[in-house]
Amino acid sequence: MIEPRLKIATCSLAGCFGCHMSLLDLDERLFDLAERVELDRSPLTDIKELGECDVGLIEGGVCNAENVHVLMEFRARCKILVAIGACALNGGVPAMRNQYDLKECLEESYVRGMGLVNAQIPSDPEIPLLLNKVHPIHEVVKIDYSLPGCPPSADTIWTFINELLSGQAIVLSYRQIHYD
Amino acid sequence: MVESSMLTETIRDIVQHHSGMPTRLLQILRDVQDRLTWLSPETLERVAEELSISPNKVRSVAEFYSFLYTTPRGRYDILFSDNITDRMLGNRELLHYLCGRLKVSIGETRSDGLVTIGTTSCTGMCDQGPAALVNGYTLTRLNPSRLDGIANLIESRIPLAEWPRELFEVYSNLRRADILLGRHFADGSALRAVLKRGPEAIMEEMVKSGLRGQGGAGFGSAAKWISCRNAPGNVKYVVCNADEGEPGTFKDRVLMQDFADLVFEGMTLCGRVIGAQHGFVYLRGEYRYMLNPLKATLQRRREAGLLGEAILGDISFNFDIEIHLGAGAYVCGEESALIESLEGKHGVPRIRPPFPTTHGYLNKPTVVNNVETFAAAAKIAVEGGDWFASRGTAQSKGTKLLSVSGDCERPGIYEYPFGITVNRVLEDCGAHDAQGIQMAGPAGHMISAKQFDRRICFEDLATGGSFMVFDQKRDILDGVRNFAHFFVHESCGFCTPCRVGTSLMRDLMDKVHTGHGTRYDLEEMRKLGRIMQAGCHCGLGQTAPNPVLDSLDQFPEAYERRLRSTAYEPAFDLNAALEEARQLTGRSDPGAYLNEEDLLVGAMP
Repeated sequence: MIEPRLKIATCSLAGCFGCHMSLLDLDERLFDLAERVELDRSPLTDIKELGECDVGLIEGGVCNAENVHVLMEFRARCKILVAIGACALNGGVPAMRNQYDLKECLEESYVRGMGLVNAQIPSDPEIPLLLNKVHPIHEVVKIDYSLPGCPPSADTIWTFINELLSGQAIVLSYRQIHYD
Repeated sequence: MVESSMLTETIRDIVQHHSGMPTRLLQILRDVQDRLTWLSPETLERVAEELSISPNKVRSVAEFYSFLYTTPRGRYDILFSDNITDRMLGNRELLHYLCGRLKVSIGETRSDGLVTIGTTSCTGMCDQGPAALVNGYTLTRLNPSRLDGIANLIESRIPLAEWPRELFEVYSNLRRADILLGRHFADGSALRAVLKRGPEAIMEEMVKSGLRGQGGAGFGSAAKWISCRNAPGNVKYVVCNADEGEPGTFKDRVLMQDFADLVFEGMTLCGRVIGAQHGFVYLRGEYRYMLNPLKATLQRRREAGLLGEAILGDISFNFDIEIHLGAGAYVCGEESALIESLEGKHGVPRIRPPFPTTHGYLNKPTVVNNVETFAAAAKIAVEGGDWFASRGTAQSKGTKLLSVSGDCERPGIYEYPFGITVNRVLEDCGAHDAQGIQMAGPAGHMISAKQFDRRICFEDLATGGSFMVFDQKRDILDGVRNFAHFFVHESCGFCTPCRVGTSLMRDLMDKVHTGHGTRYDLEEMRKLGRIMQAGCHCGLGQTAPNPVLDSLDQFPEAYERRLRSTAYEPAFDLNAALEEARQLTGRSDPGAYLNEEDLLVGAMP
C-alpha cells in the first residue's frame, strides 16, 4: 500500500521569489521530493485555493492587507508553518522602507517619479492596501520554524524538509544557517 | 565669521581649563554644552581640533550619553524622572500638565527655543518625588502649584540662579542609623590610624571586618585592595563609584550629601594602603547639584591637611581627589564601563579579566569601590575590623543602607545590620499593605508577600540598597513594563543579545500589558530571558530580564488576567496599520480594512 503523501503549500508575500528559486535549485532532488510530497497551493503549481496541508513554507514579510489574509489562511490550514528567508524572518529588503513614512514612499514612486503623467497615488480597490510598516511574519501569526538566509541554500532547504518529513529533530550544519 | 571665531574661543577656553586632556573629554563636552545649550556638528569638530583627536571619537561620546545633546534644546531643559516610584506619585499627569502650561509636546523644543520637556531614567529622588531635572539641576516634590511657579519662571525667562531655592531642596530623610551613620566620625581619624599603624595593619583590619562591596555585587573589599596593592607598577588609582543609577537607589546621594568627609577619608585611606596618589569620584550626572558643594569639601580638606600634598604633615603621603561628572548612562555604574567613561570614552563595559585591580584607569592598577564601601572602610580603620564584624551574619558583615521608596509612610534611608528580614523593614517604614518588593532595583529581584520573611544579606537576598514597595492597589505589571523600557534606554548597544533582547522584551511586555498577549508570548518571554541571561556581555543585559522572569514566577495572576484566550495574537493592530494608506488613497471599500471578525486571527489547526 502506498502511504498518503504529505501535502506542502508555499507562497511568497513581500519577497523576491529568490527563496522559491532556491527551492528549484534542488534540481534532480525535486524528483525524490515529488515522490514523498504533494504540492498544494504554490507559485510552482499555480493552484489558487489552499487546501488542508501538513506544511506551509512562507517566503517574504507582510507589507499589505492581502499578505495578512494569505498568511492567516496558511496558518489556519497548515499544521506546520515555516518562515523561509530573511524577509519572512525580519522583514528584509522590503522593510527598508520602514524608516520612511508611507506617504514619502508613495510620493517618491507615484508623484515625484520621473516621466509620470497625471501623477497620483493609486487608489484602485483591486490593489492591496499597504500597511504603514513591513513586518516579519511572526508578528502576525505563530511560526513553528524559521530558516534564515537570503536565500537559504537548496541544501539547507533539502536538509530541513527531509528531516521534518522523517519526523526527526532538525539538525542543520553551521554552514547551512550561518553566513559569516 | 565673527560667531565662528567666538565659538573657537569659547571651546579653546574650556579645553584649556581642562589642561587639554583628552581623558577629560566628557567633562569638556558637558562644559561646552552648558555654555551653548547643545553640541552642534561644528562644535564637536572644534572640540576634536582643540584636543587633537578624531572628530568621530568626539561624536561617539557626544551621542552616547543621554545628557549630551546633538540636536538643539530649549534654554530651559526639563527632564521628568520616570522611575516607577515617580509614576506612583503621579509624574505622568504632572508631565502633561506642564507641557500644557508651556504649550510644548513631550520630547520637543518649543518653536521659540525657550523650553524642552522630556523624561529621563530614575534621578534618585524616589523618597521625595515626583522629581525632575532643569538644566541638570534637581527639582523635588513636584506638584501642580510648584509647576505653575516653574512655568511662570520660564515664561518670564528668569535665570536658573534666581529661582527660589526651595524648588531645589533635597531632603536626606535619614530614618534609621546604625554603626555607619550613627556614630560620630572625627575627620582625619582614619588617616591618623593608617599613619600610626601602617597600611599592613589597616589591611588586616579590613580582612577581619569581612567588608564586602556595598554596590551590590559583594566582592570582598580587602581582597580587592590587596590585589591592587600587590599589582606591579608605581602609578595606581582609587575610584569611588557614585554613579548610583539603579532605579530606586539613593543612599549614595545621602552619603555624598551628608557624609562626604567620611567617603573622601575612605578613599584617601585606600590611596595610602594601595599606594595611589590620585582618586576620582564618578558622580552621576543626576547629582550635579552636589558638584560645587563637594568641590568645596575637597578644598576644605586640602586646607585642613587631609588631602593633597603631605597629608597630616607626612611628606610621603600625597593623595588628591577629582570629581568626574557622568552624563546619564546607567551602564557606567558597571566598573569597567565607568573607567572607560573616566578616560573620556563612551561607556562600554570591558572584557574581564583582566580586572581593574591590575588593569584599570589608563590600564593602571585601580580600586573601584562603591561610596558606602569607602565610608565603611574609613570607620573600620578607626574602630577596627572586629567591631564591624560584630554586626551582620556569617557571610555578610556589618550594615547595609537601604533606600526605601514606593508605597510606605516613611520613605528614606534605613541602616540595618545585614540579616534583617524584609518584614522588619516593611514594619519600620510603615508599609502595611505590601504586595511585592522590587529588591536591589530592576536588575535585582521581585519578591511577593510569601517571601517577606527572607533576610537581606548575601546568603539570601543580596542588594545594592534599592527597596521599592508595591502595595495591593498597584498593578505589578506597571512596574515590570516600566523596567523593561528602562533597560532598552540604558542598553549600551555593544552586544546583540542585550541591544536586541531588551527591545524584544519591551515589545512583548507592551503587548501583554495592553491585553494582547497570549500564553505563547509568555513562553517567548521566558525563552528570551534565558538567552539574555546566558548571552549578554555584561551584568546589565544579564539582569535585564529579571523583572519579567521574577514576576512570571511570583505574580502569575497579574499576567493571567490579561491574556487572550486565543493561542496567538498579532504583535500590532492590523487594521490601524492600514489607516495611513486609507488616508492617502481615500479608500473605504471592504478591502481597505482588516477587521478581526473577517480574519482568521489566532486560528490554529
